Amino acid sequence: MTDFLEMRGLTMRFGGLMAVDGLSFKVAHGSIHGLIGPNGAGKTTTFNMMSGFYTPTSGQILLRGEDISGLAMHEVARRGVVRTFQHSTLFAELTVLENALVGTHMPFRPNIFAAIVGWDREDRRGAEARAREALEFFGLSDLVEERAGDLSHGHQRALGLAVAYASHPDVMLLDEPFTGMNPEETRQMMELMRRLKADGITILLVEHDMQAIMGLCDTITCMSFGKFLAEGGPAEIRHHPAVIEAYLGGARHVA
Amino acid sequence: MLKPLMFLFGAVALIALPHGLSFSQQEILVFLVINILLVTSYRLLTLTGEWSLGHVVIMGVGAYASALLTKELGVAVPVAMFLGGITSALLAVLLSFPLFRMKGFYFLIGSFAAGEIIRLIWKRFREPFGGVRGISGIDPMPDFSLGFYSFDFFEPVSYYYFAGVIVLACLWVLWRIEKSPVGLTFHAVHWQDKLAQASGVNLRAYRTLAFAIASGFAGIAGALQAHYVGTVNPNSFDIEVMVFVLTWAIVGGTTTFYGPILGCVLLTVINEIVLRGMGFEQARPLIYGAIMILSILFLPNGLESIVQKFLPRRSTAKSDRKAEA
Repeated sequence: MTDFLEMRGLTMRFGGLMAVDGLSFKVAHGSIHGLIGPNGAGKTTTFNMMSGFYTPTSGQILLRGEDISGLAMHEVARRGVVRTFQHSTLFAELTVLENALVGTHMPFRPNIFAAIVGWDREDRRGAEARAREALEFFGLSDLVEERAGDLSHGHQRALGLAVAYASHPDVMLLDEPFTGMNPEETRQMMELMRRLKADGITILLVEHDMQAIMGLCDTITCMSFGKFLAEGGPAEIRHHPAVIEAYLGGARHVA
Repeated sequence: MLKPLMFLFGAVALIALPHGLSFSQQEILVFLVINILLVTSYRLLTLTGEWSLGHVVIMGVGAYASALLTKELGVAVPVAMFLGGITSALLAVLLSFPLFRMKGFYFLIGSFAAGEIIRLIWKRFREPFGGVRGISGIDPMPDFSLGFYSFDFFEPVSYYYFAGVIVLACLWVLWRIEKSPVGLTFHAVHWQDKLAQASGVNLRAYRTLAFAIASGFAGIAGALQAHYVGTVNPNSFDIEVMVFVLTWAIVGGTTTFYGPILGCVLLTVINEIVLRGMGFEQARPLIYGAIMILSILFLPNGLESIVQKFLPRRSTAKSDRKAEA
């Protein structure tokens, strides 16, 4: 449990706005780590910096000691950090299976010359097996031939996770995976995440659904106004005075 | 059992085709075959969601390169054709650096500008490009014999067979690419570039790859044309020709592999047989424009959508894939 993933003084400035200001925290290997905070706290910005979507104004993101801040998104992904997106960002026009096959891009890198000559049969078979495995994990086996855009909301979210899972990630960055889910779907999704954790995948989660966060996370980092506020286990965070103040509004912020 | 029979029938039909036509129609047939390669290579670029206005100029790059290689350096014609394609592909890689800083509409305009710059360079420099008049007296393909058939390249029929075989080989390669994981990645880049990138796809590399492949095959098409016509000049690759390519692709539809081919064949037949026969040839751009507008209004998914209605549907996803593109 050494420093697997560490943010060090992460700062993001948009013009005059400090979206994230000197944020530091560590994510332990094999844990489910939650990132919470009131709206506008800078969670999604942090998330976007970690996945390579934004380049931090300053600060470092260390993955196994290597600074990955400022790398392009696909470079971050190739180091094992794979993100999902808010909303149902999918290849809506492709089938469910094809979506998952795009997810296998990294373990089964397409080679154009082998593809023309036909020497990539084994790779294609392997990629399809992996894609089907990922779909089965998320309970989508019956829907492989469906168009992704035609799926129900819950299935689309599951497919988004399956695409990420298909790439054999070490870390999955999940951006509000429970949004728009009913309690039953939320419960199922939590179960799937526990299974991902059992698979050895580290999960970092940005989420508003407190029930899910509290029930799922080993460690929770709370942010407010772009700054680190508190960190600890669910019970600790629930009763932390600073966290309660940030959410319910203390005298400090009223003015 | 049915499939090989259909292939056999298709092959016989393609071989027999020119013998039922007049000399000038045979010449048109040669151009049609070359244009099929041009428009199919164009489709590969559109798979990644980018539409270029420089494709015909890139084809011209292949034509000029092949012509100059044979004329100045004495390279054998078939080798020069291949190298012409390579030149186009390499130039596309070079152009990708400025052009792929842009996307969508901006890429469209950027590619047009890049094409015009290339055309101006051809016009400006007499050496080696021949200026406005271009290059003439390009070596024709040398005659050769296969034992059962002697190629005499003054005959359009011979050139039709020669170009036909090359174009079929190129189409086969393009088809294999599209049906491969690489082709799937092109689709992924088109539909959700961010999600594709999060899956580890290097967007720039794949956009450049599609651009280079499409350009390479366009270059081969250009070389085929150069050694058939015997001359190349800047005006034979101007924006008017590009508009024809766009019209073929849009009228045919770009969802399927055969869509653009369908558009190219049908519009060529309309143009050459109907318009030329009726003496409307001068009005070709006008009529092409009208056909394009009519097809966008009444056949938004292209001619291929008619064919798809009669074919058994395999996967709904594939047929609807580009419906809103």
